[in-house]
Amino acid sequence: MDIKFDLNGQSVSADVEPRTTLADCIRNNFGQTGTHLACEHGVCGACTVLVNGEAVRSCLMLAVQVQGDQVVTVEGLSGDELTPLQAAFRKHHALQCGFCTPGFITTAHALLSHEPGADEERIRDVLSGNLCRCTGYVPIVEAVLEARESYRGSGSK
Amino acid sequence: MKPPIFEYASPSTVAEAVALLASKDGNAKVISGGQSLMPMLAFRLATPELLVDLKHLKNLDAISIGEDGVRLGAKVRWCDIESDARLAVSHPLLAEAIKHVAHYQIRNRGTVGGSVAHADPSAEMPGIAMTCGARMTIVGSAGARIEAAADFFTGPLQTSLQPDEILTEVHLPPWPAARRWAFLEFARRKGDFAMAGIALHYDLDGAGRIVDAHVGAIGVADRPIRLAAVEAMLNGNRLDDRLIAAASAKARQSVDPPSDIHAPGAYRAALVATLLARGLKKSAV
Repeated sequence: MDIKFDLNGQSVSADVEPRTTLADCIRNNFGQTGTHLACEHGVCGACTVLVNGEAVRSCLMLAVQVQGDQVVTVEGLSGDELTPLQAAFRKHHALQCGFCTPGFITTAHALLSHEPGADEERIRDVLSGNLCRCTGYVPIVEAVLEARESYRGSGSK
Repeated sequence: MKPPIFEYASPSTVAEAVALLASKDGNAKVISGGQSLMPMLAFRLATPELLVDLKHLKNLDAISIGEDGVRLGAKVRWCDIESDARLAVSHPLLAEAIKHVAHYQIRNRGTVGGSVAHADPSAEMPGIAMTCGARMTIVGSAGARIEAAADFFTGPLQTSLQPDEILTEVHLPPWPAARRWAFLEFARRKGDFAMAGIALHYDLDGAGRIVDAHVGAIGVADRPIRLAAVEAMLNGNRLDDRLIAAASAKARQSVDPPSDIHAPGAYRAALVATLLARGLKKSAV
């Protein structure tokens, strides 16, 4: 099936099988491999992307379902510089192997964009849907808490 | 972990969607949020020939609150319920239960209709529909029909939905402002499926006695259930520690949960007893 959508600000099109997940489409059709696939059944959160500004699991969506939508992956969040959220992750050592990091970054970005006043409890609740096996949860929460400031006032991204 | 091969259609009306479903003789599935169906496809537990996406169907995403209760369109998402401040008053039991559904990203996609039609015996929304006596609006080739929750859930992941039918609305009866209620579930991690859960509501008569008790349980049978024996024990009585203890014991006797890798049946039955006691105490505050 022919699909057309907006990927990280660029209009893109592809011919995909209906069974192709959004995650596979982003990685295989467009070479944007920042979206990581681990469990492929909606448990780990590594493949989180933004669809029309909302965090979703791209392994639990079909590519054909984003026809006409705006999709943003971790690649779409920053230009040449790290975003304040990404910089906070580096500062707080909020990653070790880094596999889960794109999912945490996209999820935290969506949360802070919608709720820049999120408190630690809310941040922990939202991030509970993402797995990190290097056990970096504490520094991840610290990084997100620090990045909140950059989402206040002038807005997101 | 790749889905099997299927065709895909995204019709723009319910009638078109029903016609598409009917054309496949039972080998088509409805998809909307896909948060239950996509894992089923990934594990190849479902192998439909055709997926009919409700994405372009209009008027299925409203939360309508009126004198006749709360009407949830099939495409209402968990995040829509979470952000609708009216529900804290209009249906606090629903609002509380939905807080326990899955995780942030899934809550942005998962829908009321999808959860009810999927009919996982541990899921919150089917439990609320069952406990509250919801009425489902169902549209198929033969037209629309209304079905009570008690008749809708027929087994594990099984409902009375026919292959050419779509669930379009879940209607919860009116909620009196003074109604007492509680929702409690136990899961090892927040957002996981509950090992057991209790939903309950009741009203008080002029003398402070319980009337119209509704007590439901999830995660302890092949479908969401009502605990009729517990309801009968509560009705007509004042809530005190003795009644709570008796109801809790009755709840344990009323269920015969299966054992699985998450918990033995006896443990789940004990959870039901404990959660009911806690829920009744909480409801009285």
